Amino acid sequence: MGFRLQRLGLVHANGLRALAGVTLAARRGERIAVIGPSGAGKTTLLRLLGTAVRPSEGRVEVLESNPWQLSGGALRRLRTRIGTVHQAPPLPARQRVITAVLAGRLGTWPWWKSLLSLAYPADIAGACAQLARLDLADRLFDRCDRLSGGQLQRVGIARVLYQQPELILADEPVSAMDPALADLAIQQLIAEATGRGVTLIASLHAVDLALRWFPRIVGLRAGEVAFDLPPVRITDALLRDLYASESATLPTQGGEPLRLPQPGAEVAVRRPACQ
Amino acid sequence: MNPQSLPDRDPDALRRATLLLAGMLVLWPLLVVSQFRPAALFEPGNLAAMGHFLKGFLPPEVSVGFLGLLVKAMLETLAIATAGVTLALLVAAPLAFAMTHSLSVSRIGPGPGRLRGEVLRGAVRLLLVVLRGIPELVWALVFVRALGLGPAAGVLALAITYGGMLGKVYAEILESGDTRPARALRQKRRSPPRSGRVAALLYGLVPGAVQELVSYTIYRWECAIRASVVMGFVGAGGLGQLMDQAMKMLNGGEAATILIVFLLLVLLADAISAWLRRQLA
Amino acid sequence: MQNDEAKALQLCFSCVITLVIAAAVVIASFAYLPLGPGRLFSREAGGEMLEFFLSFFPPDLSAGHVRKTAWAAVETLAVSAVGTLLAAVGGLLLCLPASGRYGWAPRALARGLLNLLRSVPELVWAALMVLAAGLGPFAGVLALGLHTTGVLGRLFAEALENTPKEPAAALLGVGASPALAFVYGTLPGVAPQLLAYTLYRWEMNIRMAAILGFVGAGGLGQMLYYELSLFHQAQAATVIGAMLLLSVAVDAASAVARRGLARAYA
Repeated sequence: MGFRLQRLGLVHANGLRALAGVTLAARRGERIAVIGPSGAGKTTLLRLLGTAVRPSEGRVEVLESNPWQLSGGALRRLRTRIGTVHQAPPLPARQRVITAVLAGRLGTWPWWKSLLSLAYPADIAGACAQLARLDLADRLFDRCDRLSGGQLQRVGIARVLYQQPELILADEPVSAMDPALADLAIQQLIAEATGRGVTLIASLHAVDLALRWFPRIVGLRAGEVAFDLPPVRITDALLRDLYASESATLPTQGGEPLRLPQPGAEVAVRRPACQ
Repeated sequence: MNPQSLPDRDPDALRRATLLLAGMLVLWPLLVVSQFRPAALFEPGNLAAMGHFLKGFLPPEVSVGFLGLLVKAMLETLAIATAGVTLALLVAAPLAFAMTHSLSVSRIGPGPGRLRGEVLRGAVRLLLVVLRGIPELVWALVFVRALGLGPAAGVLALAITYGGMLGKVYAEILESGDTRPARALRQKRRSPPRSGRVAALLYGLVPGAVQELVSYTIYRWECAIRASVVMGFVGAGGLGQLMDQAMKMLNGGEAATILIVFLLLVLLADAISAWLRRQLA
Repeated sequence: MQNDEAKALQLCFSCVITLVIAAAVVIASFAYLPLGPGRLFSREAGGEMLEFFLSFFPPDLSAGHVRKTAWAAVETLAVSAVGTLLAAVGGLLLCLPASGRYGWAPRALARGLLNLLRSVPELVWAALMVLAAGLGPFAGVLALGLHTTGVLGRLFAEALENTPKEPAAALLGVGASPALAFVYGTLPGVAPQLLAYTLYRWEMNIRMAAILGFVGAGGLGQMLYYELSLFHQAQAATVIGAMLLLSVAVDAASAVARRGLARAYA
């Protein structure tokens, strides 16, 4: 089992309700895209799954355990199995790309290895391989503040790929990339999910991207699940209804009109040589 | 970079290793020269001396006779700071006046007075460097040798060092403000005759800068209180001298009381100075 | 209009009161201190002073004494550097609880400790440390270390409180321990600021280390105290000259360094 949410609700400290009655479950290896207008609760849903926030009501079960009943040590071990891709990866400005990627395994490395890795990177080849999948291997030793927003997003994805988690939560992972790179990045996440049996749940702003790559689409509106369907059953009316509050046109990559696609393109893992 | 030849080694490693090695090469002699030996803290003789002294801290000495002495020393400290800053003001004002570039007529163009003005300003600048470059504690030590133990040495030491500091900062404040009125006053060549330097200073520069000048002076007064306590350690009167005596006699109880009073005094001066400066703003 | 005028009058009234109080305080200070004009400004006192000051010239510039002074200056530099380094380590340790990451009670405790360390002047610490570690430069190192730990710890804690928390939070999210999340996520962001604070305090500590010797903590100060006690004015003048030189050199070096740093971060 990837995760299971039952009648989940979350009210922020300021009294604002972010989620209400969300019931959602995913098998191991399943790939889910979450779409919906801004403020629908996509990020909050992923933060709940990442055990970063505690639900106000309902039950969370992630990777066979209830994170809020675990001891501190067990919770940390659970977190090493969950990888989160942030929309704006929170990386220290002066940190090098290699350090940022290797930090993905801080939870599993012994502490001395983590400290030594600051003096000399512990696994250059490993970090390089993950960056190469995202076409960024040449920036391995650059400082993060020299990268563009889209490049930083790819560093964030490379960190999660390097972490090798069992559950990947991706929050608008490609929002700052051009369409070709966005396709590449999503492909690599999908390949990770199919290749290693990782559960993948990604929130996406571009509807076409979600429909092209994911076999299961969850529409979220005002903190509630509006629909949970395979892409072939998603209709234009369903989408217009979902985004009614936001705009008349559906959000897509590069603003091109949406064509409902036929899913299931073949995906290959890219692994250019690193040495 | 050519994607075919991706690095398999950290390109920064050599630089880091060199830095680390250089750091250790510098640190080692520093530790030797400064006789860094934490074990010295735990030698029985030192432990006993410190233990005895610290044990004496409790209870702090609060006998009426000692407290009377303490109040007198505290007043003396305050008086030293105030008198010292006042004299420093008298030292600083003419020096800042001489330093301030915009008050000089020779700045306007080449003339007979230009060289003289430059030489004078250079000499004043050098004097200010000497005055504030030598710490007040050194002056205090020297004056104690010349005048004997007591507050006079502290007052003079403060007057000299703080005179140098105030002079430099006053000149900076005057220069950083709007210097146009002063320059205009100095440049007017028709009748009424060109204004003098003093008039230009008083009417042109001071009004715009008075708030900052006073604020800085108050801040320095606060520093002077701390400094006058410390100067007592070389015999320049006040709380510091009392503290020095207590420590030399290894009288922990008295030292504790003096320390507490000192901390309160500093807090008080801090509060007064902050309040006064807030009133100004 | 009338109101403004009244306000201006009132303002000036309080100015006058303040001025009067200030004048009274100054006069009282001079009156309280035993420094009658006869003592400081009379002709014979002036003559004695002048004679005393002239006895400092010419300074002793013999090779042996200059070498001794130079060594004392090196010792002073070493004391300031090691003391500041010690304080940087201490400040780093104490700024963690002081920035409130272990809750309010450790925060209050650490802040109190830092305030105490900071409020006691270096010279008082030095006098205490001479008792605890014996005469010599090591006492100076400890004294500078203790006082500067108080200063740096507070500055570091403020820097930590003002730094973004997301990078460390993200690392906690991959199961890193809080210590590693700090080292990987928080430290890289604040390190330049911490370094700048430390260098700035080192600059101040060089000057301070020069005088800590007065209570027996080594360096130029101890040498000056010694020479003056023996009425070796010419030798003392050399030491004072060295202090002046050190102070000017530090000023110049710090100006250069500041310009270099400004360019590096531009």
